[in-house]
Amino acid sequence: MELYLQLFISFFKIGLFGFGGGYAILSLIQHEILSHDWITQAELTDIIAISQMTPGPIGINSATYVGYVATGSVWGAVVATIAIVLPSFAIMLTLSKFMLAVRDNKYMEYALSALRPTVVGLIAAAALLLVNKENFIDYKSVILFVAAFILSFKFKLHPILLIILAGVAGLLLY
Amino acid sequence: MKIYWQLFTIFFKIGAFTLGGGYSMIPLIEREIVTNRKWMEPRDFIDMLALAQAAPGVIAINTAIFVGYKIKGVKGSLVTSLGAALPSFIIILLIAVVFTDIKDNEMVNRIFKGIRPAIVALIAAPVWNMAKSAGVTWKTAFIPVVAALLIWWLGVSPVIVILGAIVGGIGYGIWNAKRKQKVD
Repeated sequence: MELYLQLFISFFKIGLFGFGGGYAILSLIQHEILSHDWITQAELTDIIAISQMTPGPIGINSATYVGYVATGSVWGAVVATIAIVLPSFAIMLTLSKFMLAVRDNKYMEYALSALRPTVVGLIAAAALLLVNKENFIDYKSVILFVAAFILSFKFKLHPILLIILAGVAGLLLY
Repeated sequence: MKIYWQLFTIFFKIGAFTLGGGYSMIPLIEREIVTNRKWMEPRDFIDMLALAQAAPGVIAINTAIFVGYKIKGVKGSLVTSLGAALPSFIIILLIAVVFTDIKDNEMVNRIFKGIRPAIVALIAAPVWNMAKSAGVTWKTAFIPVVAALLIWWLGVSPVIVILGAIVGGIGYGIWNAKRKQKVD
């Protein structure tokens, strides 16, 4: 029971403070996972890969996956997924009631002007946290990283294609 | 009753067929709700989208809640968010069940050894362009750098960093407004 409560609190927090969408939410998920040992770092990377290749938002995908693996039960997945969505209800319903008042609110604009660059930092932190011994096992991993970075940054290769190529490279190299 | 079913199926379809995360769902939501069915004015949709992106949480879900609420109140928002989340939930659950069984398979292992470093690259690659589109200048570049170092190096919770940004942003805004007043 305690495990379910912890899952609920963690994913509620992620939903409540997860500014900036997908990759930015990742840094919050990583922080919760590291402090609870629900899944390994390598598994987290695998979920991101699976999220990129399946439909749906990364936040929902990881909540469902972590909830299931941490508890070994479908109910864990249900609890974590509801927990990440719940804050959105409270926030979006309040915002839509006061839409006109919030739209041009100067304090909200002040907060957002600092949050926008912070979100970039959150994504950078998510990438840095993934640079670990589980994802980089030898020099071949480093070569794969550099190649993937160039293909994505310079040649704008589609993420799904990139993941397939990397998977094939893994089969050939290991 | 029919409208709830329609809302559910529209968002279920969008949730089931958009690859690559939340952002790719938004043009589809716009086409179905604004262009095809005219349930919302384009201007309302754009305003709403700005708030859905600025607010915390999963952006696609925020958008679904907003649209559902606008059309059919709280019940509408329950239906749309359930529709949008259900496909990912089902697909990931199936994968989780299968994956926990096959993840020690030798071939799967080799494939994922190749994929993992590529995923790190996939997340790192857009950071530079995101910094540009978030309007980060040399003057404000310290904000993402400090945020990333606090989380990565010192293990500070991202929640603390986000709260710090909100307080700091509002504080700076007020101070800046006062300073401008004095100059005038």
